[in-house]
Amino acid sequence: MTSRRGLSRVQAVPRRTPVTWARGGGLTTLLFLLPLLFVFGAFSWYPIVRTVIMSLQHTNLVQPARWVGFQNFERVWHDPLFPIAVRNTAYFAGLALVFGYPIPLVAAVLMSEVRKRRGIYSGLAYLPVVIPPVVAVLLWKTFYDASSTGAFNTILGWVHLGPYPWLQSQQWAMPSLVLESTWANAGGTVIIYLAALTGVQTELYEAASVDGAGLLRKVWHITLPQLRGILLVTMILQIIGTAQVFLEPYLFTSGGPANATLTVLLLIYNYAFGNSLGGDYGNATALSLMLAGFLTLFSLFYLRATRSWSTR
Amino acid sequence: MKSTRVATTVAAASLLVFAGTVASTAAGSTHAAKTVTISVVSLIPGSTQAAVDQFNAQVAEFEKANPSIKVKPVEYQWTAPTFAAKLAARTLPTVFEVPFTDARSLGDNGQLADLTSYVKKLPYFSKYNPAVIAEGTDSKGQIVALPKAAYAQALHYNRHLFSQAGLDPNKPPTTWAQLRADAKQIAQKTGKPGYVEMAKDDNTAGWILTTVVYSLGGRMETGVGTKAKATLDNPQTIQALNMLKAMRWTDNSMGANFDYGWSDVNQAFAAGTVGMYISGSDVYTNLVQASNIDPSIYGIAPIPLAKSKTAGVLGGGTLAAVRPDANAAAKAAAVKWMDFYYEEPLISKAQAIRNAQTLVENKQPVGVPALPIFNKAQYDLANSWIKPFINVPISQMKPFLTGIFKQQLVPEPEASTQSVYHALDAVVEGVLTNKNTNVVQMLQQANSTAQTAIQQGD
Repeated sequence: MTSRRGLSRVQAVPRRTPVTWARGGGLTTLLFLLPLLFVFGAFSWYPIVRTVIMSLQHTNLVQPARWVGFQNFERVWHDPLFPIAVRNTAYFAGLALVFGYPIPLVAAVLMSEVRKRRGIYSGLAYLPVVIPPVVAVLLWKTFYDASSTGAFNTILGWVHLGPYPWLQSQQWAMPSLVLESTWANAGGTVIIYLAALTGVQTELYEAASVDGAGLLRKVWHITLPQLRGILLVTMILQIIGTAQVFLEPYLFTSGGPANATLTVLLLIYNYAFGNSLGGDYGNATALSLMLAGFLTLFSLFYLRATRSWSTR
Repeated sequence: MKSTRVATTVAAASLLVFAGTVASTAAGSTHAAKTVTISVVSLIPGSTQAAVDQFNAQVAEFEKANPSIKVKPVEYQWTAPTFAAKLAARTLPTVFEVPFTDARSLGDNGQLADLTSYVKKLPYFSKYNPAVIAEGTDSKGQIVALPKAAYAQALHYNRHLFSQAGLDPNKPPTTWAQLRADAKQIAQKTGKPGYVEMAKDDNTAGWILTTVVYSLGGRMETGVGTKAKATLDNPQTIQALNMLKAMRWTDNSMGANFDYGWSDVNQAFAAGTVGMYISGSDVYTNLVQASNIDPSIYGIAPIPLAKSKTAGVLGGGTLAAVRPDANAAAKAAAVKWMDFYYEEPLISKAQAIRNAQTLVENKQPVGVPALPIFNKAQYDLANSWIKPFINVPISQMKPFLTGIFKQQLVPEPEASTQSVYHALDAVVEGVLTNKNTNVVQMLQQANSTAQTAIQQGD
């Protein structure tokens, strides 16, 4: 009955032509859609298409471009700086995961336990996010002064530690960047965790308390399982974010000392803008696509591997 | 309802057409105007108000003499990454500056305007030092840039720290062994770094290392163009790096921070926290304009040269060039500005005196040591014109002024200069930040990187 009525309705509708489409308000729809299409087209889709095209060309954007096939990918692959940049990026991401990932969670759990003035604590935690990143880096750069009169070295000197070389040492430079990055970015994640913690059923905590569970057992058996969906999302976001780290190495060390903080994104930047005679945009876009490809595959693998855990 | 929609659509379309018409009319009006507007580089960002006032006074003077030309000053500091980005984005001013190392290649790549016909009409064209004008001439013989200034690398030293350390500020070091000993003494007696080097990953580390290597008699490459051979791992480079290593790790005379770029080291020196450093002989202008240096601390001397026939001082300079898309009127106006701002003060007595007067009135340095871009006789003559206006501490510059013309001037590496410097950056950083750096191994890697860049013409 339903299908017959549907069929008759289809038959009743006149054939759609450009004229009927326009009369039916199609033009107005298109007009409202145009700004969105333009913004996405100009600032998202066109650059992506252009990136793919440029990765197959040899161009400095001044002289005419030359098609070179996959030569740019080969050149990047054989560049001695490529494995260094990959290793450094993985090191940054690893350090950020080990130290930077748990800190916001611990901070959020502790803050949620506080009964009074919780707003002040979350405000203080979020404050570094509000400070413009360039200002924050320049501020930390003075803290990291390697002389004994530097801010951190002076403080550590009070307890007879240091002076430490911070950014002036190949071993210390990367951990120093991770420290500042954790300080700068933890606030945003803390707020997400605090919001997620409000969704945890308080009855569970009360029941655990009746059973004699302490804070740590409650966190382990109630909080973490309840937050696992959020934890998985923040972890993949952090991995993707740290794989694209640029600001800290660029502003703190320019990739130095001796390439110790050269990351993949900084290498892309150097390909594009490192040579005053005109950048090698082919290499830069080729490496960009390689990174994008890797992150896509990694994200798919991650989501597949954690699907059952996150929906359990 | 439908008619309302159609009306809305038509109204919006009409608005777009109207906006387009207005835009095209506005673009047309700039073409119709008779006045030519050119943008020119002015001072580096962060310059003092006095320096800005002095520049604006010169602009006003030029516009008065050339009523049909409007000059728009743009702050500018040449760095490799920002220059490359502006070049690609076509956002450079009409007249901009490039180092000696880049003009020829940029010209060959069609990235600079051909100024030959305009430049050859200049009355003093024949007086240019041929070696200097060659830096602004591309392989087809087209003149694509005019020299602004030439410099020789020099040793800048803090006279106050010399005195505090018990050294004679009138006797700067003349050998590298003496320089090392003086640096150690300054560090020990004053607690300040006795000697620092630019060691940033922005080609400055390689630039200064090349300077030291030249002074020891070494060269970074042989041959020209893409067939040049990189020789970064020559014995003098190893010697220079080992000396740096000893000063850093044995003498501990280089302080604790090793990431100085060109601006950073100037600021540190002007602040009185650096004993000695190497930079261009004309850097005093920046020390005044951007860092308000106390003139009494300033001293300048020639780079110590080894007793070798090939030992020499690295020389370079700055050229003024024009955007390749400038039309004939803009090119003519640009060359007029270049003539007025860069060249006339060096060739015309009246303009030299007027320029010096303006500089003095605005408390800007007059008499900063530079090298001749015309012949030596013209250089001496121009200096004699401005002698009454010289306000730099000329007696403190005596060691350099008396010594520099006895030194052999060696141009920067010709092939892929910036890439060669960049390859050396990491080696210098390695030596200064890791006690166990294998100098020879790092140099071999840098040499291989530089050779690849040379072959690819990067």
